[in-house]
Amino acid sequence: MGNAEHPEEQEGPVTSDQLRLIGTPFRRVDGRAKVTGQTRFADDLSFPRMVHMKLVRSTVPHAKIVGIDTKKASEIRGVVGFLTGESMPDPFGILPVSQDEHALCIDKVRFVGDPVLAVAALTEDQAHEAALAVEVEYEPLETIATIEEAISTPEPRIHDYGDEGNLHKKLSMEFGDVDEGFDEADQIFEDILYFEGNTHLPLEQHATVALTEETDRVTVYSSTQTPHYLHRSLAKVLGLPAARIRVIACPNGGAFGGKSDPFNHEICAAKMALTLGRPVKICLTREEVFYCHRGRHPVLMKIRTGVKKDGTLTAQHLQTALDGGAYGSYGVASTYYTGALQTVTYELPKYRFESIRAFTNKPPCGPKRGHGTPQPRFAFEVHLDKIAHELAIDPAQLRLQQLVAADSVTSNWLKVGSMGLGQCIEAVVAGSGWNQRHGKLPEGRGLGLACGSYLSGAGLPIYWNHMPQSGVQLQLDRSGGVALFCGETEIGQGSDSVIAAITAEILGIDLHDIRLCVADTDLTPVDLGSYSSRVTLMAGNAAIQAAERARTLVARGAAEKLDVPARELVFAEGRVFHGENPDHGMTFQEAVVEAESRFGTLGTTGSYTPPRSPGRYRGAGVGPSPAYSYSAAVVEAEVDPATGIYRIEHVWMAHDVGKCINPALVMGQIEGSVYMGLGEAMMEEQVFRRLPKKRSGALVHKHPSMLEYKSPTFADMPPVTSYIIEDPDPNGPFGAKEVGQGPLLPMMPAVANAIFDAVGVRVDQVPIAPHMIRQAIEARERGKPGRFGPKSFPEIEFGVPLRVPTPAEGGDGKATNVDDAGVRAGTGTMTERKDAVKGEN
Amino acid sequence: MSEERTTRAFQVNGEDHHVSFSVHHSLLEVLREELGLTGTKHGCELGECGTCTVLIDGKPILSCLELAAECEGRQIETVEGMMQGNELHPLQDCFADLGAAQCGYCTPGILLAAQALLAENPSPTRDQIVSALSGNLCRCTGYHKILEAIEWAAARMRGDEKYRPPESAIYGDPVEVEKASDG
Repeated sequence: MGNAEHPEEQEGPVTSDQLRLIGTPFRRVDGRAKVTGQTRFADDLSFPRMVHMKLVRSTVPHAKIVGIDTKKASEIRGVVGFLTGESMPDPFGILPVSQDEHALCIDKVRFVGDPVLAVAALTEDQAHEAALAVEVEYEPLETIATIEEAISTPEPRIHDYGDEGNLHKKLSMEFGDVDEGFDEADQIFEDILYFEGNTHLPLEQHATVALTEETDRVTVYSSTQTPHYLHRSLAKVLGLPAARIRVIACPNGGAFGGKSDPFNHEICAAKMALTLGRPVKICLTREEVFYCHRGRHPVLMKIRTGVKKDGTLTAQHLQTALDGGAYGSYGVASTYYTGALQTVTYELPKYRFESIRAFTNKPPCGPKRGHGTPQPRFAFEVHLDKIAHELAIDPAQLRLQQLVAADSVTSNWLKVGSMGLGQCIEAVVAGSGWNQRHGKLPEGRGLGLACGSYLSGAGLPIYWNHMPQSGVQLQLDRSGGVALFCGETEIGQGSDSVIAAITAEILGIDLHDIRLCVADTDLTPVDLGSYSSRVTLMAGNAAIQAAERARTLVARGAAEKLDVPARELVFAEGRVFHGENPDHGMTFQEAVVEAESRFGTLGTTGSYTPPRSPGRYRGAGVGPSPAYSYSAAVVEAEVDPATGIYRIEHVWMAHDVGKCINPALVMGQIEGSVYMGLGEAMMEEQVFRRLPKKRSGALVHKHPSMLEYKSPTFADMPPVTSYIIEDPDPNGPFGAKEVGQGPLLPMMPAVANAIFDAVGVRVDQVPIAPHMIRQAIEARERGKPGRFGPKSFPEIEFGVPLRVPTPAEGGDGKATNVDDAGVRAGTGTMTERKDAVKGEN
Repeated sequence: MSEERTTRAFQVNGEDHHVSFSVHHSLLEVLREELGLTGTKHGCELGECGTCTVLIDGKPILSCLELAAECEGRQIETVEGMMQGNELHPLQDCFADLGAAQCGYCTPGILLAAQALLAENPSPTRDQIVSALSGNLCRCTGYHKILEAIEWAAARMRGDEKYRPPESAIYGDPVEVEKASDG
């Protein structure tokens, strides 16, 4: 098959089964920079004539802006400029259907911390002083603090859009005949659980530096996980062609989802730079980081499951209510995610999912590690533990006997590929001595088991398009070095190292001969960002394609010189040689010279677009992924029944990563997820309180500081035994799936289940505080159920569900009642192009 | 806010500096903004996270709480001073190899806190390391890789070149399969 015009498309060598680098614990490519302090985070940048910017943020939770007085502020020495909302009237937001933010509030403020004005001055001190001197007059509006208040208070509306009143989103969908499924059950179990909100708490405070080169050209350096989406928002709000805006994502000092929205301060810095014609920097204070938030949604959940005597699940009805905070953010997607992945672990033949997302006057919630899935996973895994206990079935066995099959389609039309959950469960069962110890330890000591699953990248991009979700460009030069360009963003997870290693493996060269240029919208092909655990799979596959094309070119150059067919050449250890006679060959550099002599300047591209998911109903855009990772955990807890104080003594975590690209990085993600999950289970909460009426009655953040927002320290971290399970997925690069988020999911329910095994009471909410355990024990002592948790789920009229027959029922992936249920099933799914386009404007 | 400036002399990484700065500025601000030593990071500027840890006269302190004006005549060490020539300090080497730095933002502060510990106690127990570092937060690693890297570096600094972190720290634990019971 000849293709003279595109030699890179001709048949080339095939990747050997013998991997040299992939699967080994190589040092990360940025390892040296990170341990020497040389990594340049956004706040480490400075430029001549740079000025400093501060935002004036709302001190009230919900109010009309009556007036802004900058007179006193403008008299402060060093002040060089102000911006108000009028100069940036176009709204923005991460999702096309939730364009509800302004760079600075124009008419009203919606939470304490909402930015109203930007001021720039020669020094940070002067900008700070000026910000304090700005006087803003507010006319208070009624504050909506909770999900219940949002339901009962349709007016005043926090936003003038959304499904109804102060409900941003309301949806109802049914896969198969759930009532029939409940009829088939011997018993129906019902639980109500609550997952408190929490925040990412990255150690790096968000920072942005913007500078202009020409009058209408601006460069923005920022601590962002999503430079491409920021690029689009900047173009929209600044009213500039995107080609005149350059976004460079600096390495992030931790992100965890908290830097994946376009932010007010980023847009204001760019606008201020364009206004003043000089570089502008802003670095948020830690308190402001708490206000930016976009963290875990507080979610109240009601879960009902039909179960046969032998433990087989026949149907499930899940209701979730999300407290979204003051803006849309990723919330529509988060809402769907509180239901979408319930089906990918255990066979769930019939499934109904109903959900609302409420607007409240609090910092907006969004995606945090696990995005919308840890809350329902907590509910499901605690619920299963109760079912197992009631039916006297071992909790591990209950799960193992109904695992979703590999290469199958779930009732809600998600295509599952490789599925290593069984191996994960078996590993933690063996490691923890589960069979000998669960249910048999002395009072106060217990084991809990739970599982989880996560996406290896969302199947669809955030805005509708037919373009690749990730791209890689390679440039080979006669030095033998390879420059790799990719839009992916390093947030600490090691993505730079993954794409470099994949390229080095295929070209058979040293990792350090790869030069990386990443996350720069001027120079690198688009990658959608470091979210939804997508980078290894998507950028990795793009790197494979680009590298294989480059290898074909180089092989054809070398083949002629060596007089060996190109497909028989092997690329390894910096050489290109004949597979049957390894001495017959040349260095990689010599081969590049041969290829460049023959074909001219050498460059290739690679791109990746996920396979289309079989779901065709509204809402089917959230949940599909090229591959699902699986995790199982056993947690051992020691609980003092007298005080409720508990410790986690040990964690066993197994994670099916498909294929390890670098075991050291995989271990880091597993342990990091265990840690963050323990924080969520035991202590982390982003909570609010109302000030007394005489002190304004405002709704304020309870503790926007790192001292009071409790997170685990070195002293809180238990020993962790980790098992890396490799069940390769055909869609993954070398079979790899995600590991950055999945292992967090089982932690919260495993802790709750371990506490039950230790002291026999249930805490149906997280974080689990000692007083909750104590109260549950006291309730049991009074002859009441030994339980602490929410008592009711609000009455919500969800309307006619969108009915989608399952694959087993002979469905085709489409809904059968779009006309009856279409509106209630919700606007704003990302499958509908017309919605997306409408939302853009 | 005061715009009064002051000038002080102190040593940073063994080099003499005479620095002029706003009198109320912290050592953190002076290191980063006046001396361009941006290897020292900040996470809260309230003394809560440990990220800005540097050594003053060998002792770890939070540079965000230390007034630079009070550092006259003192010896300050930052992460930029850890390398010997172009060679990584053993702590840096072990952190890089083991993945003890993920995002790398807390890393400079933790490296310096660990260096101070090892200077005082070349063979710390795991509990002693935990205690010495309990004021430093890390959100990425779950702390284990940091502990293992410090133990590895401590062994190397004692001259024990043979010590290696456990295989399980890098490859995970070997999987033994035991079927769940039938209940």
